[in-house]
Amino acid sequence: MSSSAEILSQAFTLGYTYTRSTGPIVGQFLTSLRARKMVGIKASDGKVLMPPVEFDPVSAAALSEFVDVADCGVVKTWCWVKQPRKAHPSDKPFAWAMILLDGADTPMLHWIDAGDEAAMSTGMRVKVRWAEETKGLMSDINGFVPEAAALLGELKPAASDEQITGMEAPIYLTYNFTAGKATARYLQSMKKGKLVGQRCPNCRNVYIPPRGSCAACGVPTEEEVTLGNKATVESFTIVYIPIPGNPIKPPYVIANLVLDGANLSFLHLLSECKNEDVRIGMRVEALWKPEEEWGYAMENIQYFKPIDEPDVPVDQIGKLIDEGR
Amino acid sequence: MAQLAAVVGVGQTKYKTKRKDVSIAGMVREAAVNALEDAGLTWNDIDAVIIGKAPDMFEGVIMPELYLTDALGCNGKPMLRVHTAGSVGGSTAIVAASYVQSGVFKRILTVSYEKQSESNAMWALSNPQPFSPHLNAGAGGYFAPIIREYMRRSNAPYDAGIKVAVKDRLHGAKNPLAHLQLPEITMKEVEDSPMLWEPLRFLEACPSSDGACAMIIANEELATKSPRKPAWIRGTAMRSEPTMYAGREQVSPQAGIDCAKDVYAQAGIHNPRKDLDCAEVYVPFSWYEPMWLENLGFAEKGKGWELTMDGSTSLIEGGDIPWNCSGGVLSSNPIGASGMIRFAEAAQQVRGEAGGHQVDGAKTALGHAYGGGAQFFSMWVVSSEKA
Repeated sequence: MSSSAEILSQAFTLGYTYTRSTGPIVGQFLTSLRARKMVGIKASDGKVLMPPVEFDPVSAAALSEFVDVADCGVVKTWCWVKQPRKAHPSDKPFAWAMILLDGADTPMLHWIDAGDEAAMSTGMRVKVRWAEETKGLMSDINGFVPEAAALLGELKPAASDEQITGMEAPIYLTYNFTAGKATARYLQSMKKGKLVGQRCPNCRNVYIPPRGSCAACGVPTEEEVTLGNKATVESFTIVYIPIPGNPIKPPYVIANLVLDGANLSFLHLLSECKNEDVRIGMRVEALWKPEEEWGYAMENIQYFKPIDEPDVPVDQIGKLIDEGR
Repeated sequence: MAQLAAVVGVGQTKYKTKRKDVSIAGMVREAAVNALEDAGLTWNDIDAVIIGKAPDMFEGVIMPELYLTDALGCNGKPMLRVHTAGSVGGSTAIVAASYVQSGVFKRILTVSYEKQSESNAMWALSNPQPFSPHLNAGAGGYFAPIIREYMRRSNAPYDAGIKVAVKDRLHGAKNPLAHLQLPEITMKEVEDSPMLWEPLRFLEACPSSDGACAMIIANEELATKSPRKPAWIRGTAMRSEPTMYAGREQVSPQAGIDCAKDVYAQAGIHNPRKDLDCAEVYVPFSWYEPMWLENLGFAEKGKGWELTMDGSTSLIEGGDIPWNCSGGVLSSNPIGASGMIRFAEAAQQVRGEAGGHQVDGAKTALGHAYGGGAQFFSMWVVSSEKA
């Protein structure tokens, strides 16, 4: 047994298409932006908060009195971004700044297209550069520019004057996932067409896929155990809902399967049988994909299929010794 | 438990598929304001805010407790967030209660919420994982095989789940806040509804709801001065266990059994079916009623379905131990709030404030929540009497 493992890493993107209800206050702010107007809101103490918030941060009162605010103001503080990143609003160097608009009492965060860091200073006057097309988003302000700058672009009238109540807010997280030692060892075995689990030194139970520890005993697992292709159905469900991005067509059987010699089930597809014939205790076997398609993945097993062996009594499921080894 | 604590205010929103008229903050605020009004209090009377929320990935708002400080009047006050998956509403209430019982704070606002219409709860629970086939299909896909194993062991009639689905919706029709309003629902309608994760049908699963639930928890001195009847917290317990290990009992998890024993011992409950007047138990899929009846000691092993089938758990059929008179999770499921709704509805029963779904003369009630792969449990017993 070798404890060394190749480092396995995979690029991974997790994304969800969230939506947001704006509520009446943020909705009015965005509706005004789309019409190229700036509005703030009057706080309990009479100050004008910009951008408007639903609830007073000091008194907790619900706020409702909108106040028109100018689309120009003073830079209170700023920082220069020399190398803009992909998610930034500009691909040229720019400044993030806190800008106090005329008529507001609190500064708001936005970006300034000043061309050069030398053009930036605290106290400088700036004005909004409206986007050619407005959509009711913060980006309807295509940055601020020094007040003296000439603005040329043509401004199209807003496409709609309906009150904004919601917006789309998809979020995607892209990162590299690095498999841990136990998972990497397991995936390397899968690539060679072998099912290798780990045995707990304390309770002697065998886990596949291994996690490098036994959750019941709280101890690391090191000893590797090679298992065969036969398994027993511990339980199952027939799923009538498609999985996004998965070619499996419903209804399909997802079974909790325990390999002979293992003591904990994993999920896999069950096929080559009528769904209504699947039962707890049924004997099944892994159907591997052609060897040239094997990767570092459980998907090397296409699915499990029934075999002609008597059902396992329920009290023996998860306790079978792997006789093939 | 050093000091007595009680629920002195409960506030809920009307549970709906979509609350498009409010932001998350506006919705959470609504429940909090309702609780303050119920308790006859203002923001200044609150010492701390304890908030509960299901996984951040549900709505994609990371650290929502920061974003909600304005809406919940937290300026200058301690704010704390609790997170135990689906049981979070229950454990949040317990954390709030324990701060009062310990004497650290005198009066706490506790609140939990979910805006499922803005989120993607089903696939946020079953997201694709690196190096793994994407085979899990929502919470129903996870729990269906466990339900199948319960059906095998108990030899329950095939329609026990259908009965629960009807019973909880008929209860929900008596609760104006319940999301699903199905006063005409029949066994046949549930049976004919589409199969999602066999053996679970569409109408045997909880809905997706928007909503929030809040409570004010106060110490003995302040609770006694409260304008409405307090619900005295007689016991609280939480337990957890790992999701996956060899030999884990998944149908009736040990953590649930232990948690119930603990909370009953604190509250002096010897026979839950006799000593409690009603229970609000986390049943997101119909079959979890008979399963939890056994896990929580209301019925012997393998016999939970008998209480369901003979109407013992039905308010409408005059059962001796009505479960989920509010309609339960099967009628309203804003996930992060669902556990707190159970705890709050138990309190409303013993305060005599449950309205159309009130159990006559209810004195002692159980609130229960579970989460994750049925591995987080939280429970409390509340009573109209201090001891």
